[in-house]
Amino acid sequence: MINAAGRDIPEQIKGIKDIKLYKGEFAYTPSTVKAGKKIRVGIPHTDKILENIDASIEKIGLKDGQTISFHHHLRNGDYVMKMVVERIAAKGIKDITIASSSLSPCHDFLINYIENGTVTALESSGLRGELGKYLTKNPQALKKPVIIRSHGGRARAIEAGELHIDAAFMAVPACDHLGNATGRKGKSAFGSMGYAMIDSAYADNVVLITDNLMEDPVYPYSIPQTDVDYIVKVDEIGDPAGIASGAIRMTKSPTQLLLAKYAAEIMEQTGVLKEGFSMQMGSGGASLAVAKFIREKMEKQQITGSFGIGGITGIFADMLKDGLFKAAYDTQTFDTAAIESIKENPNHIEISASFYANPWNAGPIVNNLDTVILSATEVDLDFNVNAITDSNGICMGASGGHSDTAAGAALTLIVVPLVRGRLPMIRDHVQNVVTPGDSVDVIITDRGIAINPKRKDLVEKLQGSSLPICTIEELQKIAYEFVGKPEEVELSSDDKDIVAVIEYRDGSIIDVIRKPILD
Amino acid sequence: MQLNKDCILKNTATAGFEEKNDILITVEASNNDDITVDLTSSVLRQYGRHMKELITATVKEAGFTGIKVTAIDKGAWDYTIKARVLAALERGMK
Repeated sequence: MINAAGRDIPEQIKGIKDIKLYKGEFAYTPSTVKAGKKIRVGIPHTDKILENIDASIEKIGLKDGQTISFHHHLRNGDYVMKMVVERIAAKGIKDITIASSSLSPCHDFLINYIENGTVTALESSGLRGELGKYLTKNPQALKKPVIIRSHGGRARAIEAGELHIDAAFMAVPACDHLGNATGRKGKSAFGSMGYAMIDSAYADNVVLITDNLMEDPVYPYSIPQTDVDYIVKVDEIGDPAGIASGAIRMTKSPTQLLLAKYAAEIMEQTGVLKEGFSMQMGSGGASLAVAKFIREKMEKQQITGSFGIGGITGIFADMLKDGLFKAAYDTQTFDTAAIESIKENPNHIEISASFYANPWNAGPIVNNLDTVILSATEVDLDFNVNAITDSNGICMGASGGHSDTAAGAALTLIVVPLVRGRLPMIRDHVQNVVTPGDSVDVIITDRGIAINPKRKDLVEKLQGSSLPICTIEELQKIAYEFVGKPEEVELSSDDKDIVAVIEYRDGSIIDVIRKPILD
Repeated sequence: MQLNKDCILKNTATAGFEEKNDILITVEASNNDDITVDLTSSVLRQYGRHMKELITATVKEAGFTGIKVTAIDKGAWDYTIKARVLAALERGMK
């Protein structure tokens, strides 16, 4: 079955009920009501604090076949998933689905627990590292393909009851004895708890795991005590070096800076850069570097923006502090400088993943974006964007907020070098679609800029511009003149070799990742 | 059969580096007339066939036969590949 992104989706996929094909950005209208969590009665003067993780697994009565969730605010420094999965395995519990808001290389340990049958399914935004390679090569190691969701898509799936969480194990950098928790305090502070807020609100059981159990009431809190069943204290929830990088620095790469400069120019020349505008910058080198050029233009023209969304970095936090924007909406705080900002600056606002990007609520903030600047692992002639697999078809990226922000923003800019190493980044067809060409307006490369022909208004506005505007086909041709046309990577057509299903943010299937035939 | 009397590889020689966008070429004389290429590359699936052909043709055009080429590639473009092959051959003649 061919979907609206031109991808061939099998009629049946193991373990996936009700296959909905992607039909366009806003094609589906839900008619259901929100899911709810199991009602709980807190008994006066009982203690939520348990001795260890084993006790929490016993208390919630975790069984074979259930779904547990984690958040990825600890990024590549997360210790908590391993702690929990080890204890689940030690108890002989099998057939667990792990629904994490994302997965990092620190979760490569899961390979062992997949091989011994403890973990049999994964749902995540990202799939990378050794785990990504392993599952790409051994898709049949799990009982069904991995489900890849965007950040907004995951919030939607939870709220709509498509992803039911039996138990959420939430790492928190600080909480009080009643379970009020924040990401702002403690040695493992990571800032916003945007992903964790959804899991805590909808999971049947919520266990907080903390290395900072505070005697005084914690306020403001991101997870309220009313959602928390148990608390376990451990020595460390994560490795500070992996949780947050020091202040993310501006790239020095001339290519990245050129891409950023073009993006800022386009914002100016299309009239986006005006009083009260809003934007999101991806965390990639080029997209983040746009801040440098935008700042110069805003200061020179005395423009104040309305808000920024993130993925907030120190670079954006500085713009907020300097009064260039009125507010920063933050689901996930990227570096130590931004963590300081969310602690101190009242205009730096913590939001949930649903507030950020869930297409099925009355107003995710992405809907009000004027511009988003995003990177890509590759793009194609139809303006589709891949952000999950590399040119060899190996899972090494994440869906993240890519398709969410691209659908919401009035102007979606993709920054990508024309050639990486020897590989041309404009393909006939991307290896996998994460964001459909429907949402992409301009592709910016170091050798030229292509406007989606569907955006006639932009083509018109940029006519006569000094920017190197050309067609996407011309850009591809330039790349081929440099490096030649690459041969296609051969993929297995066997439906048993589907590594992952990529859900669009509305839950429809935009693509499947098939196992590449490697030597 | 040697096409050109000057084109004799006296020593095993290398050119290039195992760096991004470069290729490390090692050439050595083999005991038959064939040109063989042993290629490791980060873009083997996309350009492997093309690169082997290019390396073989470059060796042949330079007038050599009976050469074993070992290439470790990190995404070099054609002009780099050609230059590294020729440099390795020239070094091997001395």
